[in-house]
Amino acid sequence: MIAKRNHRLGALLPLALVAAVLGTAWFFGCKSGPTEQAGRIVAPGDVDGVIAARGLTPADVYAAVKTYVPTGQKDEYVILASGGHSGQMLVIGVPSMRLLKVVGVFTPEPWQGWGYSDETKAILGQGQVEGRDITWGDTHHPAISETAGDYDGQYVFINDKAHARIAVIDLRDFETKQILKNPVSLSDHGGTMVTPDTEYVIEGGQYAAPLGWRYAALEDYENAYRGMVTFWKFDRDAGRIDQQRSFAIELPPYWQDICDAGKLVSDGWAFCNSINTELATGGIEQGKPPFESGVSQRDMDYLHVIDWRKAAELVAAGRARQVEGFDVIPLEVAAAEGVLFFVPEPKSPHGVDVAPGGEYIVVSGKLDPHVTVYSFEKIQRAIADRTFSGKDQFGVPVIDFDAALETQIELGLGPLHTQFDDKGYGYTSLFLDSAVARWSLGGPYADKHGEAESWQMVQKIPVHYNIGHLAVAEGDTVSPDGNWLVAMNKWSVDRFLTVGPLHPQNFQLIDISGKGETMQLLYDMAIGIGEPHYAQIIKADKLAAWDVYPEIGWDPAVQAVRTGAPALGQERIERRGNTVEIWMTGVRSHFTPEHVEIQKGDHVIWHITNVETAKDATHGFALPAYNINLSLEPGETTTIEFVAEREGVYTWYCSEFCSALHLEMVGYLTIKPS
Amino acid sequence: MTRETLDKLIGPRVSRSEMAEGRLQFLVPTLLLGAAGLLLVISIFLPYWKMRLLAPQYPGGLEVQAYLNHLEGDVREIDGLNHYIGMRPLGGAAQLERELSIAAVAAIALLAIAAIWIHNQYAALLSLPAAVFPFAFLADLYYWLRNFGTNLDPTAPLSSSIHPFVPPVLGTGKIGQFATVAAPGAGLWLAFAASLLILTGLWFHRRAYKPLVDASRA
Repeated sequence: MIAKRNHRLGALLPLALVAAVLGTAWFFGCKSGPTEQAGRIVAPGDVDGVIAARGLTPADVYAAVKTYVPTGQKDEYVILASGGHSGQMLVIGVPSMRLLKVVGVFTPEPWQGWGYSDETKAILGQGQVEGRDITWGDTHHPAISETAGDYDGQYVFINDKAHARIAVIDLRDFETKQILKNPVSLSDHGGTMVTPDTEYVIEGGQYAAPLGWRYAALEDYENAYRGMVTFWKFDRDAGRIDQQRSFAIELPPYWQDICDAGKLVSDGWAFCNSINTELATGGIEQGKPPFESGVSQRDMDYLHVIDWRKAAELVAAGRARQVEGFDVIPLEVAAAEGVLFFVPEPKSPHGVDVAPGGEYIVVSGKLDPHVTVYSFEKIQRAIADRTFSGKDQFGVPVIDFDAALETQIELGLGPLHTQFDDKGYGYTSLFLDSAVARWSLGGPYADKHGEAESWQMVQKIPVHYNIGHLAVAEGDTVSPDGNWLVAMNKWSVDRFLTVGPLHPQNFQLIDISGKGETMQLLYDMAIGIGEPHYAQIIKADKLAAWDVYPEIGWDPAVQAVRTGAPALGQERIERRGNTVEIWMTGVRSHFTPEHVEIQKGDHVIWHITNVETAKDATHGFALPAYNINLSLEPGETTTIEFVAEREGVYTWYCSEFCSALHLEMVGYLTIKPS
Repeated sequence: MTRETLDKLIGPRVSRSEMAEGRLQFLVPTLLLGAAGLLLVISIFLPYWKMRLLAPQYPGGLEVQAYLNHLEGDVREIDGLNHYIGMRPLGGAAQLERELSIAAVAAIALLAIAAIWIHNQYAALLSLPAAVFPFAFLADLYYWLRNFGTNLDPTAPLSSSIHPFVPPVLGTGKIGQFATVAAPGAGLWLAFAASLLILTGLWFHRRAYKPLVDASRA
C-alpha cells in the first residue's frame, strides 16, 4: 500500500517540477522582469521607457497626467448627461471620464430594478401615452435644479423629446421620482431648462401640432397647428412638479427649438428660438419642398422673448384657457399683454444661451457662420420704446433686429451651442467644422480674459466629429467654473475600435484651464448606450447623495419610511381568500421566509425590505417567469404583485452578488395546483 | 449604635490645632479620593472598550464601542457578520451588568468619596470597590468574550472553518479576513486613573491619619 502510494508520488514529481519552473518564471516575469511593448523592452516603473515604447508625445503625456485619477481617488466634477434614445441619464466623472451610473428614467433598467417593482412601474406608468406603456424615451436636456442661478445639486430634470415628457430625478438617491406627459404638446426639444430658483422647469415644444393634440389636416396648418412652451411649476418641498400650478403659452406654429432662462439682470424672462417660420409642411412625395429645404428658406427666424413672470400673473388672473385640463395662455393674450415678443435671428437657429450675468443672449444659426449676441438691455429698451419692425402674421410684436443686437462674431460653420467659463470666454460648438471655438466676451467680461479684442474668436480646436452640444463645468450658471469642457460628438467614425456599423458616440474632454490659445484635447470617451444630447457638469462636492437609505423600510418613491414595511422578526405570510400577502426581509445571506407555498390562481402581494445598513450591501430579488428583478438597496423596501398563473416550482434568488454565500441566498416559491 | 462604635468606624476627627499644623497632609488624600470619585462618575459617559474590525471591503473599518450600559457603533453590521460564524448578537451579552452598572459605578464612586470622611483603615475598605473596578470590568469583559467566542452555533455557515475562539480583550486578533484591534476606551482609562488616585490617596491618607489613630488608641 505504502509502496504504491510512493510510486504515484514518483510519477507526479516531474509534473510538479515543470509546474515549479513555470510558476517561478511567471512570478519573476510579473514581478521584476522587463516586458516587451511595441518592440521595445520596458522595465516596470520605467516611465520614460513606456513613453518611448508607446510613442507618446509630450501632449499625450500631459493629457494622461492631467486626466488620470489615481486608483481609489475621486473625480472633481460630475457630468449628468442625457442618455439619448436609451431614455436614461448618464453619470460620468471628470476628468477621469469614468461612467459612474446609468440612471433609469423613461426606460426600464433591470440592474436598478427600474420598472420591475410596483413603485417603479407606477412612476414609469405616469409616462403612459394614450394609455400605452412607453418603454423608451429620447432624452435630450438635463437641467440641474438651481438656487440663485447656481446648481444646488438637489434635483435634475430631463425631457423626452419623442413624447413631450419630463422626468424629475432626486439626486439624493439618483432615482427618478416623477414622469409627466405634457397634455398639450406633441413633442418637446426646448426642455428642460430651469429658472434661476427652479420656480419653473421650462419645456419648449418642437413640432407644431393641433392644439389639444386633435386631428387637423396639414392644409390647415396655419390655422389649426400651434407651437407651445410649457412652464412646469416645481414644488421643491415635495420634490415634485405640480401640474395644477403649471401652464403653457400657445405659440405660432413655428418649430420652437431650444430655450434658456434669463438670470440675474434678465431674471423673469425666458428665450426660445425657433425654426420654420416659413410654416413649411413638407410633402416631398407630392413634389413639394421637403422639410429640410422648406424649413430653411428664410434668412431670419424668430427668437421668442417671454416674460414668464407676467405669464404666471396672467394665469393667476384667469386669462388662461383650459386645454386638456391644462392652463394655456392663448396666443393673442400673450401677444397683447406683453408676454411674448420676437426678435429676428439668423439662420436656422439652434442654440440660445444666456451669459452668466444675464446681460447677453447668444444665438447660433446652424446655417450662419456667426453667433449673434443680443443685449437684454437693448431688448428691454426696444420693448419700452416700442421699436418694433412690425408684427408677425400671428400678431406678435417683432423687435427690430438692429435695436436688439449687441454684436455678431464669425466663428465658422454650423455653430450650435454656447457655454461660458470664469475667464470671460464663450465656447461655441461648430457642427460642420467639427470644432470648438473659444471667443472673448465684451462688456463686463472684457477685463477677465485680458484679450486685446472683445467679441473675437481666440482659438478653434478640432473635435471628432460632428459636435452637438458642449458642456463647460457649471458653464450655464451665474458662476461658471471653467477648467473643463466636454464636446459631445455625434460621430466617432475612426476614433475607436470598430464594434459593428453602429458606432459609439464620442465625449471629448478638453482642457480650458488656461487663457488664449491654450485649449488642448485630452481624452475620448466612447458612449455605447445612446446618443446623448446635452449634459451639465457640476462640482462633485455640490452633490450630497446618500450611500445607504437613511432608515430601514425606506420607500424611495416617496422618500420616507413606509409604515408596515417588512421588518426583522416580523416576517410573515398571510392569506385572505385567494390573496396571499408576504412580508419578507433580506440580509446577508438569506431571505426570510425561504419557503412561500401558494396555490395556482392566488393573487400575490410580496413586500420585501433589505434590512442592511452597510454601504453597498444591495440585494437583488430575481423571480423567473414573472419578469421580476428588484434592486433592494440597503434600507429599501419594495412591493411586487402578480397572479400565480401556473402551478410549478420557482426559485427566487439574490441577483446582486452580496456575500460569500450569495448563491445560497435563495428561496422556493411552490405553486400547488388549485 | 453607640458613639464609641461610630468613632471606631469613622476614625478620629482632626482637631483644630492638628489641622492648623498640617493642613496639606489632610487635604491631599481628600483631593485624591474626591478626584477619583469624580473621574469614575465622568467615566459613565464614556466608552470603556472598543474593538475595530479591519477588512478589505470595509475601507473605514467597523467599530463597536462598549459603554457601561450600552453598545455603540457598527453593532448591526458586526452582528450581521457574526451570524456567519454562529456568534450570538452582541446585545445579548452582559445584560445584568449593563442594567446595574450605572447605579453600581455611581455607588462605588460615592463610597470612594465617602472614604474622605473615614479617618482609619475602613477608608481603604470603602474605596476598594472603586480601586478594583477597572480590573473587574476587564475580567467580566473577558468572561463574555470567552462565553461568546466559545459558544458558537455549530450549524452556522462558517462553523467548519471558524472554530470557537476567544477574542482578545486587548490587542490584536484575526478572525477570517478581519483583523481585530481591541483597546481600552476613555472611560476605562479614567477608571484606571481613579484606581491609581485611590491607591495614592490611601497612601497619603494613611500618612495623615495613622498617627491620629495610633494616638487615639494609646
